[in-house]
Amino acid sequence: MKIIIIGGGVVGCAIARQLSRYEADITLLEGGVDVAEGASKANSAIVHAGFDAKPGTMKAKLNVDGAKMYPRLCQEVGAPYGQPGAMVLAFLPEERATIETLYQQGIENGVEELRIIERDEILQLEPNTNPNVQCALLVPTSGLTSPYELTYALADHAAVNGVTFIMNAFVSQVRKEDGRFVLETTKGEMQADLIVNCAGIGSGELHNQLSDRKVKLIPRKGEYYLLDHVQPLLFTRTMFQCPSKMGKGVLVSPTLHGNTILGPSAEDVEDASDVATTAQALAMVNERSRMTWPGLNLRNVITTFAGIRAHEENGDFIIGAVEGCPGAYETVGVESPGLSAAPAIAELLVGQIASENQLSEKMEWKPAPVRNKPFYAMTLEERVEAVKENADYGAIVCRCEQVTEAEIRAAIRRPVGATTIDGVKRRTRAGMGRCQGGFCSPRVLEILAEELGIDPTQVTKGGGNSQLLVSTIAQAMGKGDA
Amino acid sequence: MLSNELKQQVQYVDVLVIGAGPAGMAAAIAAREAGVENLLVLEREEHMGGILRQCIHNGFGLHRFKEELTGPEYAQRDIDKVQELGIEVRCGTTVLSVDEHRFVTAISKEKGVQLFEAGAVVLAMGCRERPRGALGTPGSRCAGVYSAGTAQKFVNLEGYMPGKRVVILGSGDIGLIMARRMTLQGAKVLACVEIMPYSGGLNRNIVQCLEDYDIPLLLSHTVVDIEGKDRLSGITIAEVDEKRNPIPGTEQHFDCDTLLLSVGLIPENELTQQAGVELSPATQGAVVDDNLQTSKEGIFACGNVLHVHDLVDFVSAESFRAGKAAAAYVQGKKRQGRFVEMKDGNGVRGVVPQRLMIPEGETEPVQVMFRPAAVYENATVVLTAGGKEIMRQRKRIFTPGEMAELTLKPEAIRQIESDTVTVDILA
Amino acid sequence: MERQITCINCPVGCRLQVTIENGQVTRVEGHGCKRGETYAHQECIAPARMVTAAVPVADRNIPVSVKTRTPIPKEKIFACMKQLAVLSLKAPVYMGDVVLSDVCDTGVDVIATKTVE
Repeated sequence: MKIIIIGGGVVGCAIARQLSRYEADITLLEGGVDVAEGASKANSAIVHAGFDAKPGTMKAKLNVDGAKMYPRLCQEVGAPYGQPGAMVLAFLPEERATIETLYQQGIENGVEELRIIERDEILQLEPNTNPNVQCALLVPTSGLTSPYELTYALADHAAVNGVTFIMNAFVSQVRKEDGRFVLETTKGEMQADLIVNCAGIGSGELHNQLSDRKVKLIPRKGEYYLLDHVQPLLFTRTMFQCPSKMGKGVLVSPTLHGNTILGPSAEDVEDASDVATTAQALAMVNERSRMTWPGLNLRNVITTFAGIRAHEENGDFIIGAVEGCPGAYETVGVESPGLSAAPAIAELLVGQIASENQLSEKMEWKPAPVRNKPFYAMTLEERVEAVKENADYGAIVCRCEQVTEAEIRAAIRRPVGATTIDGVKRRTRAGMGRCQGGFCSPRVLEILAEELGIDPTQVTKGGGNSQLLVSTIAQAMGKGDA
Repeated sequence: MLSNELKQQVQYVDVLVIGAGPAGMAAAIAAREAGVENLLVLEREEHMGGILRQCIHNGFGLHRFKEELTGPEYAQRDIDKVQELGIEVRCGTTVLSVDEHRFVTAISKEKGVQLFEAGAVVLAMGCRERPRGALGTPGSRCAGVYSAGTAQKFVNLEGYMPGKRVVILGSGDIGLIMARRMTLQGAKVLACVEIMPYSGGLNRNIVQCLEDYDIPLLLSHTVVDIEGKDRLSGITIAEVDEKRNPIPGTEQHFDCDTLLLSVGLIPENELTQQAGVELSPATQGAVVDDNLQTSKEGIFACGNVLHVHDLVDFVSAESFRAGKAAAAYVQGKKRQGRFVEMKDGNGVRGVVPQRLMIPEGETEPVQVMFRPAAVYENATVVLTAGGKEIMRQRKRIFTPGEMAELTLKPEAIRQIESDTVTVDILA
Repeated sequence: MERQITCINCPVGCRLQVTIENGQVTRVEGHGCKRGETYAHQECIAPARMVTAAVPVADRNIPVSVKTRTPIPKEKIFACMKQLAVLSLKAPVYMGDVVLSDVCDTGVDVIATKTVE
């Protein structure tokens, strides 16, 4: 059976990995240059405990189930995970009711260890919190991951179990012809017996091509600030504010790499590819973050970024078989808490696919490839051994994050390897530090060209026409063949 | 704690210099000339010379060599001297850590992990450019936005053009130099945009890099939007008010594929911080005494890692003093005396040195440097100690674009009775 | 003819008003010191610039940097770059080597400022 998964976000890759346990010919098509190019690369990186979603919804069930799967999944595939906990802060008297509602919802959804705490305890646990805080929901089971690193790890695991990944294959049309699916893609026409639509913000359009029951996805933009890890972490937990109808409000959170993240804003936009940041939204994030953290200092900002969430107008995930179109399955409207829910979505949907299509489990399902510890996290003794084994560990390419040539080459050679500067950056952290690639990008570019066997002028930042170099100096001076 | 096996690998070095740019080379040369035999220089790049390697324009060396050299030529003079003196330099070697006891770890492809215990350490790691993120400029994160120095490296050292139609944000010297470089090598530079009401670069560069090529310099303007899906397609600039906020209605759009940023340099002090050395918020470099010694005994700092200079000639001069002082330190030549604090006063930012020793014995002249906080014409710099004026010097102009330098003479130093000396610019 | 130029001798950057008659500077105003006057004469009558460039070297992936040994007339900068563009340099090139002699009939040589082996 030929299965095509459309979309290489965290959900598509989790499904690819789960499906790779079964006997089938599986291909994943990704419209971008790499996996984790859409919402999976630009979100808050929180593994939500599950108190936020309305009880009885898909969101509530899959969030709580997914969050509980995280520690083991991350260990199995080699992705970062931590559970520092979270708080939802109430600053106004009327917000106490919201905190109580969230507490009740959490209990109903099956979230454990929840507690409402008062000002003194909040300030004792998180002394940098705005002292005007009234009360908070304490969420010890709230976790963190690195969404793109998880996606890469899931993709690698799927790939070593036979899933084929095709990048730059954007699916524009899908139809059923003589019992098979025909997909029009930017890499030509393809056919499959079974399809799984995980196309993120594009999933609504594909759904509507297959089903008479139309859905509408609204691209909702969220903008963030990221602070360098030279800024000492002032909060050990993810600090939420009371949610509004536009989302969970602005959070201040540590990341697993010691950075501080602020955001997101929430603005419905027309263009789903619009990930430009705006002065207004960033000013709002700045202002609202100060509510949680009055001492906020933007001096250590290293970057700002925006991500697009696929908001379904009825507000819930649509997961399962496409009604009236046998052989088509889908995950539509997967916005927050989609990252938290992804493992549970994969388990649920692949379980359904396997039973409805009598897929048989493989005799042998290979474990995820083992990757070396990052150089920056190694002890001195480990470094001594690493460079003895592979001299490329002796060349520090990214001085800010201490990323070595060995790791950059390994990132490019992974089963689903990096092909761009951004792909290397997200896999290794080269260029993620305080100089933002100023020093290392020329060398990373050189290594990419060498490993991929292409000319330096063909290397891109993030696919498409994002080349860093336009020509040689000889060509620019009017010599040569440009 | 080191394992016994690793302990045996620790190499003792009298003076260890981190960095073989102009600062590190000068410090090493001075240390050797002062008699230090056991001397080692560690350089992360594959070649000596530091940033001068990519500064292929002329204008270096007028003070030190009394002739006008290009960056590579200036560097080569020091490289030749380093080689002539037989100083060991390990290139391709990155220092991973320095601690307050001067235990240093480094790594290279050839030698793997290397451990050192140093009698004295000279920090000469240079500086880095402020990146886009630090500006908070909104817009697309497309390709085509580079710091000017990164673009300079692509063009001058690797032979590639990062773009064809260029706007430059910031009028620091690197930005100005790159405006001319990109023009000469075949690109079109549309404008140089500066948020301040004055340029941070030298007049000479404004004339010879912008005016010569009819490139407009737009003062009190900044970039307010960056557009482009994959690669930069255009930018929007706007005029700013006195508080540097964009003024609505003054927007102008440029179609361009490249934005080069020349918006400031920051001393590269991550190792310095690891060693627990006190840093100055004004210079973002170490707090040093007149011997260029930091708050940690035996650790010295010089060049752009200490404070960002405009002229390499001054980097070399400062670093010779640091190398000489490091040599004296390991040779046990201890100075006796009391310390006074040097403080930034009116119109003055980042006085170096921040601490001055009033020695018991013979007093030597001390070089004092600082950056004016604004433009002052026909002004006087005055040094005051406990209400008593100890020195004054008049100048046609003070500008933030040019580091001010003065020599504090022994007779002035001997007049200091208080614990602090304040440096003020009086209009 | 009247010309406005900026003096480059020091950071003051005096704006100089220069009067030129029959190819001679007859009047300089706005200069704060003697050096401004000298600069005005030189810049208005025979402006000259040192030209530096990165030039490709055949079969090498790094360019060689070059300079004119002395300044050349300002109006010949682009002509000089054109001549450099059509050069076919072969490694090794040593610092100080003449890569192009008498560029644009100026009598000035272009020399390498680094070594590419």
